[in-house]
Amino acid sequence: MNRAIRPAVLATLTVLVLLVLSPFALVALNAFKRPADYATNGPLSLPDSLYFKGLTDFWIRVDFGEKLWNSFFISGSVAVLAVIVSVLNAYALGIGRVRGRSLFLIFFLLANLLPQEALVYPLYYLSKEVGLYNTQTAVIIIFTAIQSAFGTYLLSSVYAVFPREMLEAAAIDGAGKVRTLWRVVVPISWPSLSVLFTFFFIWTWNEFFLPLVFLISNDKQTVPVALGVLQGDRLMDATTTSASALLGIAPAVLFFLIFQRTLSRGIMSGAVK
Amino acid sequence: MRSNRGYAAFLIPGAILSLVVIVVPLVMNVAISFTRWQGVGTPEWIGLDNYSRLLEDDNFWASFRNIIFLIFAMAVIPTAIGLVLAAVLFDYVAKRVGPRTASAFRSGFYLPQVLPVAVTGIVWGWILNPSFGALNAILTNAGLDALAKNWLGDPTYALYSVMVMLIWFQVGYPVVMFMSGLQRVDPELYEAASIDGANWWQRFIRIAVYQIKPEIYVVLVTTTIAALKVFGQIFVLTRGGPGNATLVPSYFAYQNFFEKAQVGYGSAIATVLTLIIVALSVVFLRIQARGEQKDAL
Repeated sequence: MNRAIRPAVLATLTVLVLLVLSPFALVALNAFKRPADYATNGPLSLPDSLYFKGLTDFWIRVDFGEKLWNSFFISGSVAVLAVIVSVLNAYALGIGRVRGRSLFLIFFLLANLLPQEALVYPLYYLSKEVGLYNTQTAVIIIFTAIQSAFGTYLLSSVYAVFPREMLEAAAIDGAGKVRTLWRVVVPISWPSLSVLFTFFFIWTWNEFFLPLVFLISNDKQTVPVALGVLQGDRLMDATTTSASALLGIAPAVLFFLIFQRTLSRGIMSGAVK
Repeated sequence: MRSNRGYAAFLIPGAILSLVVIVVPLVMNVAISFTRWQGVGTPEWIGLDNYSRLLEDDNFWASFRNIIFLIFAMAVIPTAIGLVLAAVLFDYVAKRVGPRTASAFRSGFYLPQVLPVAVTGIVWGWILNPSFGALNAILTNAGLDALAKNWLGDPTYALYSVMVMLIWFQVGYPVVMFMSGLQRVDPELYEAASIDGANWWQRFIRIAVYQIKPEIYVVLVTTTIAALKVFGQIFVLTRGGPGNATLVPSYFAYQNFFEKAQVGYGSAIATVLTLIIVALSVVFLRIQARGEQKDAL
């Protein structure tokens, strides 16, 4: 009986996964098509010739290189800063077990779950007051706070079970708290920190709402914001839209391939201990 | 015993940051929700007027009705599909065909999750576009013109179209979560059940689903919260339209903040949304705490 089921199960799964992947395939297929080719042959045909002009025209039109750099700069800065803040917080809460520890942890968990709508207008107003509106600095500061709230929550539970003998050995050797953190705790927890870094980088890269509000000048925008505000532009046709989608998909898929192992290890760690 | 004094200093940078970016703005938002304010000049204190106005606002009710649909699309349906897919991949494909095939399928299902939501919106905006979209072109080529629709522009179909996109986007997350949850299940349980004559479905319900209950709670709660926060896809695809057919609370708040200059009203919407999310999170924490107690016993 099992022999008959096996091809059926595999065929069903294959159809399902192809359905999930079909939008990616459609985008890849049509990003290299001439508009006239699309008009006559539709979205499912192979391109009649490899046509790069749609991609290059769009790249130049939105100055995509600049958008990539903006996204990279913002996500990279947030990931580094948020890991540092998370480590400092988790050192105090997980290893130091400072008073009110569980209240702090609940605060950080809730801070991470809060809808950004509840913060956006005051942040918009305050950033205008201090001259940080429409700067990448504002976005970096805000996301460092939001991401490190999650990082603190996660890392505190990792540090709560940190081997005590290590800390005691460091103390006997006369290491202070800062030295113990830097020489003992950080190196040993490096795998957890790299998972956090990866998550912070990708989450910040994918963010849309706050960057949309805060980065109004074209030359400061990130990839998702630049692409998102162009949508609905009357100049967009089928092939330009798929070219723009391909440019938005490519970096994300690249990160996915690079970080796949880190990600699948990390997706779980936050949720169920 | 090591002294625990002196660690509090390490909290200072994080505390200042949370104060400036989270606590103060959150308190300000609640305060603003009791005022009439256009974003300039002095806010005028009007008490609960914004909230009573919300209760009579059709758009507000529409946005919450739509959220119920989006919770089905982002939490309920992907959890159900994800359970079956994860069980088949774990219990059948990984064992009979090989773990590499199973993880290749898993990656395929997960791929939409790695995209920026705005880019997801662009992809689907093009596929569903009535004049040059891929879906209608495919239907027309196949001689099914009658099925071609204005997917996002017709209030009858707009919300369902968005739901399909969200299911596509979301289904990989439960698959990944449940597959790793299933690794905790003792294989002997499966064997014992097989010997007792349990079929695949019985083993699935009685063993797999039962054993990964904690993961199911986590997925349901996190995806429900994600559904309540949906913004990017709606902004890119429909801007809440046509009419208010796909309006969601976050976009409704955004409109009042930045398009209509009704900051007090927008803050009231954001406050209600926050209360709902915090309430859900508390329920979630309790369920998790109860689970831990059970494990300890």
